[in-house]
Parts: sequence; C-alpha cells; structure tokens
Amino acid sequence: MLEIKNLKVSVEGNEILKGIDLQVNAGEIHAIMGPNGSGKSTLANVLAGREEFEVTGGSISFRGKDLLEMAPEERAKEGLFLAFQYPVEIPGVSMANFLKQSLNEVRKYRGQEQLNARAFLSNMREKLKFVEMDEKFISRSVNEGFSGGEKKRNEIFQMAMLEPYLAILDETDSGLDIDALKIVARGVNKLRRKDNAIILVTHYQRLLNYIIPDFVHVLYKGKIVESGDKELALHLEEYGYDWVKEEAEQSIT
Amino acid sequence: MGQRGSRTINNLKKVDDFMKEKTDIVNIKDWYIDKFEHFRKRINGNGRSYFNKIRREAISHFSKLGFPTTRSEEWKYTDISPILKHHYHLIETLPQIGVQDIKQYIFEKYSRNILVFINGEYAADFSSLNANKNDLVISPLEVALRQHSDMIQNYVSTIAKFSDEPFTALNTAFSRQGVFIHIPENVIIDEPIQLLYLSNASEIPFQCHPRNLIIMGKGSQAKIIESHHSLSQGIYFNNAVTEIFLDDQTNLKYLMFQNDSQKAFRISRTQINQKNNSVYNSVSIDLGGAIVRNNLGVCIDGENAETNLYGFYLMNGQQHIDNHTNINHLKPHCVSNELYKGILSDQARAVFSGTIYVARDAQKTNAFQSNKNLLLGEEAEIDSKPQLKIFADDVKCSHGATIGRLDEEALFYLEQRGISAVNAKNLLRMAFAHDVLAKIDSDPVKHYIEKVIHSRLNKEF
Repeated sequence: MLEIKNLKVSVEGNEILKGIDLQVNAGEIHAIMGPNGSGKSTLANVLAGREEFEVTGGSISFRGKDLLEMAPEERAKEGLFLAFQYPVEIPGVSMANFLKQSLNEVRKYRGQEQLNARAFLSNMREKLKFVEMDEKFISRSVNEGFSGGEKKRNEIFQMAMLEPYLAILDETDSGLDIDALKIVARGVNKLRRKDNAIILVTHYQRLLNYIIPDFVHVLYKGKIVESGDKELALHLEEYGYDWVKEEAEQSIT
Repeated sequence: MGQRGSRTINNLKKVDDFMKEKTDIVNIKDWYIDKFEHFRKRINGNGRSYFNKIRREAISHFSKLGFPTTRSEEWKYTDISPILKHHYHLIETLPQIGVQDIKQYIFEKYSRNILVFINGEYAADFSSLNANKNDLVISPLEVALRQHSDMIQNYVSTIAKFSDEPFTALNTAFSRQGVFIHIPENVIIDEPIQLLYLSNASEIPFQCHPRNLIIMGKGSQAKIIESHHSLSQGIYFNNAVTEIFLDDQTNLKYLMFQNDSQKAFRISRTQINQKNNSVYNSVSIDLGGAIVRNNLGVCIDGENAETNLYGFYLMNGQQHIDNHTNINHLKPHCVSNELYKGILSDQARAVFSGTIYVARDAQKTNAFQSNKNLLLGEEAEIDSKPQLKIFADDVKCSHGATIGRLDEEALFYLEQRGISAVNAKNLLRMAFAHDVLAKIDSDPVKHYIEKVIHSRLNKEF
C-alpha cells in the first residue's frame, strides 16, 4: 500500500525528517508516536502533499505509484486521506456542497458513476451515524463554528464518505474528551477493511486503547527510533519518552 | 542634472495632455448642449410642461458644471474621460429583437409586472402590466407624464438634485423614458416588479438616460428587481437616475443586477428618502461595464427606520467600478448596515467610498459599514474610503475595509478532499460572495445570479 524509503524533508532549510523508512500494508493500522517536534505532523502533511515541505531525498510509493509526483487532489483521488489536526473553517461553503463536489470528483476519477441527489443524501445520512452527527451539520458551512470535538468527528465523517485506501489521522485525539474520543474511535473501527490501512499520528497512548494498532513506531528527531506492537505504546505511557531519547542519543554518539 | 531635465520635459508633456483633455471635455460638453436643443424641439409639443421646464433648468446647470475631472474629490479615483471619447446617439426607435432574446432574462415566476426597455426605449410588446387599478400605478414614465403629471411634479428632482451633480443634470435634461411606480397606502405587492434593461449596441454607440420615480404610500410594501443585460458587446452610455420615497411603515426590497457589455459605460444615481419605521433593503450586483459609477444616497428622515445596503462586484480585464454610498442619519433610533464585497482580477480597479453622516439630533443611531475585497491579480487595485461624520454623542458606528487573497489553508483542505485546484478556488470565490448573495430575497433570482457569477469565474478568472 505505502512504502516510504529513506525520506528526507526540509522546511526553510531545516531538515525535519532525516531518513524515514516505513511500510504499511493493506489491512494494517500503524501508530506513529513521539515527543513534540519529532516530525510526526510533518510526515502526515508530506504524505498529503503540502507544498511548504521540501522533499530533499528518498521516495514514497503509494499503491504502486510515485506519490511525490502527485498534486494533493490526485493523492486524494488515489485514495489517500488526511484527517487534519486543525480542520479549516470555510465560511460560505456548505458541507453539502463541499461533499458533493468532493465525492463527485473522486468518484469520477475512480470511474464510478456520479451519485444522484437521493443516493448522495442517503449515503450521507448513513455515514453521519458513524460519528453520531446530526443531519443539520450538512447545511452548515464547513467547520464554521464547530466545536473542537465536532470538527474531529467531521473529519471522520468525511473519511467515511470518501472511503480512502489510506487514512492518516493527524492528532485526531488531541483536544477530545473521553466521550468524543470513543465516538471517533468507534467511527474509525467501523471503517476498517481488509483493503485499507490507517496511520494514527498521536502523542498519547489513550486513543490506542480504542483503536488497536498492529504496529507502533516512535519518531524522534526526524527518525524512527523504535518499532514494536501495541505493548510499545503502553510502555511509553508508563515510562514516557525519556528512555527513547536517551537510547537514541546514545546510538547517535 | 539629467534627471531634472527629463522631469521638466515630463511635466511639460503632462501640461500638454492636461490642456488637450480640457479642450476635449469642453468640446464634448458643447456637443451635449447642442444635442439638447435638437432633443427639446423634437420631444413633444408641450414646451410649457413642468418636466420641460426642469429639463431646461437642468441643461443650464450642466452647462455651468461641465463634466467632472479627477481633480474633483468626488471623482478622484474615477477618470471618466474614456466615456467622453464617443459621440453617443439618442435613439428613439426599437431595434428588432426576438422574444427568445428577451425571455431568457425574465424570471417567469414573476410575470405580473414586467417593464422591458431596449436601448433605453420602452418595449410595450414585451412588457406586461397587470396590477394597475385605482391609485396603484406601475407604468413607463412617458405614459405617467401624461396621466400623473401632478404627482410627478411633486416628487421629481426633489431629492436627486441636479444643481451640483452634472450627470444628474444631464439625465434630467435628456430623460424621456423610465419607470413610474406609485404604491398606495397599505397596499402590499408580493410579487417582485421586474425592470429589465436590455442593450443591443450596433457599431454606433448609443446613450440613454433612464429616469425612475418610485413613491410608496404609508404602510405599503414592494419588491423590485432591476436588471441590465447586453445582447452584444457594444459601446453605450447609460446614465440613470432613480428617486425613491418611502413613507412611514413602508418596506422596499430593491435588487439591482448589472451584467452590461464590457465596453459599456454606466453612471447611476439612486436617491432614497425614508420616513418613520420604514425599511429599505438594497442589493446591488455589478458584473459588467468598462467604467461603472454607482451613487447610492439614503436620507433617513424618520425615526426607527432601517437601511441595509449590500453590494457585490466582480471585475476583471480593465474594468473599473466605483461605488459611492452616502447615508444621512437625520433622526434618532435608526439603524443602517452596509456590506460591499468585491473580487478583482487582472488590471481591474474598484473604488468604494462610503459616507455615513449622523446629525446632532440622530441619537441612538447604529451604523455599520464594511467593505471587503479579494484581489486575485497583482495589478488589480482597490481604493476604499470610509468616512464617518458624526455629530451626535450617543451612537454606535463602525466601519472597516479589508483586502485579502484566497486562504491557502482552505485551498489545501479542499484539494486534500479531491477537489481540483480550479474548482477549489471557485468554491472559495463563491463563498466570498455568499453573504451578500444570501441577501437576495428570491430563490430563483439568487440561483440565476449565482450561476452567472459561477460561470464567469470559471471562464474568465
């Protein structure tokens, strides 16, 4: 599904990612953890195609294609989805209009037929239930005036609508109370399929109580310094990141 | 030394240009005055009628005033000299236009009251007037001048004065066509009245001076949709004046939609007088024209009145739009809201000048004004000039002007959902216009205008 090889990324001349290797297969859930400033969000945004990050080395292949060659919209159409850490408010663009345009463009690209108004509406109603969102959200402007929790649920709702092959959840748990976190996690779990994969980018372990990862990677100073299974996340919860830092510093020196 | 020398030459050249411009403007002024003599002789037999009297007064004021130049504060950012380069014909015959050409611009849902003008001439065959009974009058001006001359005499030129405004003077002198509407006391007209102005300029540029008079009796309500379309991309000059009188408890919703030829010139003046508890809602949408100047003046001469002025302009190429608004709060406890938004691309230029005057007696006034612009071209330009003149001490007034570009974060968000860069940009541009377009009262009209704006954004921006 996704193969990252020796990825190096700079922002304004500062190297943030210093050689990342990661392979994600269909059906897998990977958690990427790490202390603040380790490069987690950078990795998520580079995958989505944000322009201000300069890829200085390495390669990313997504479903057999060179991801770095693609514009953000093409990546989305190919089935890569980013749940934003800070979903953007877009006054004047209704959720319905936004989703209709998004879904139609994506379906067209995939050679699927366009949904008529009725099919679109019933699809939307069904997916809203995934994240326990009210139908009235559909007539509101995208994220405008949404609470923090509503914004995060809205991201998962869009993921449900677009049915991506690879979803990257960038700190989707941050700022959520426990009830909202459970709703989001339930939504994500319902979207798990054998042919899709999820990357969870998170600082804390608590989301991983509800979405059980197959693999956990620890990112520190732009490199993956530890990889393991869900036990690694629990270990981090108990002992913090200091031991990771120490080990990493030792191996550098 | 060298630099200094060249500067002197430039200055000399400027003086030379200035002299030339001045001569052109003087000559064109005489041309209009000369035209007026022909026009007056032809117009009708009744040289002593009230309207002919004010026509003569108006031309004599015009002769004193002449055309404004950019040296005048009110015209500082709008150079009208390109308008004066053409000799426009005064046409009094209707061009051949098929029903189909007109039908596409009529909102079929509202068929009771439609007045169609082609190149400024009233086209009776395409119009439909079904409301007239008793004192309710919806009529072309030329008919009203015969049938309701007393009422016209009491109102016309009382608020759109021509003594200090040359284009109003010119309109008054040459006006022959337009609309006269009188809604009697407590009459409510539910269905919008459509005023459709179509232009079809041939190789010969034409001019027209529409004159509209709208009088609303106490407690009456109405909706008016004024729209301007061009069947060809020719040159013409439309110089309109509208006077609106809103008595106590009246409610008027006025939509002006302008999609003129990109080579057309348009000067409009709308003057409103509001009495106690009246509500005036205005939405003005400007898409066409080479040079457009809209003067919108409201005098709130009553208590507890409300005025809402909304505007949207979309300009590209070399287009120039100038919106001058003026709200006079004379009495206490009134509210005025003003929101003008514009999208400019290429070398387009916009001017917004909004004056709010609050008289000493107009305590408890709430007046809000905002002008927001989206600049898409490096060479596009906006001059925004809010002016508050407040003489009362217990008021809430605010104004603001912003100039921005498309939100890059929002663009990325939309693209990450598979929306192409072009469509994402257009979504955000439409979103920018949204809060003004949302003020359009009628859904079919709003959808039509959204469609026109959307397709223009797709093709030209």
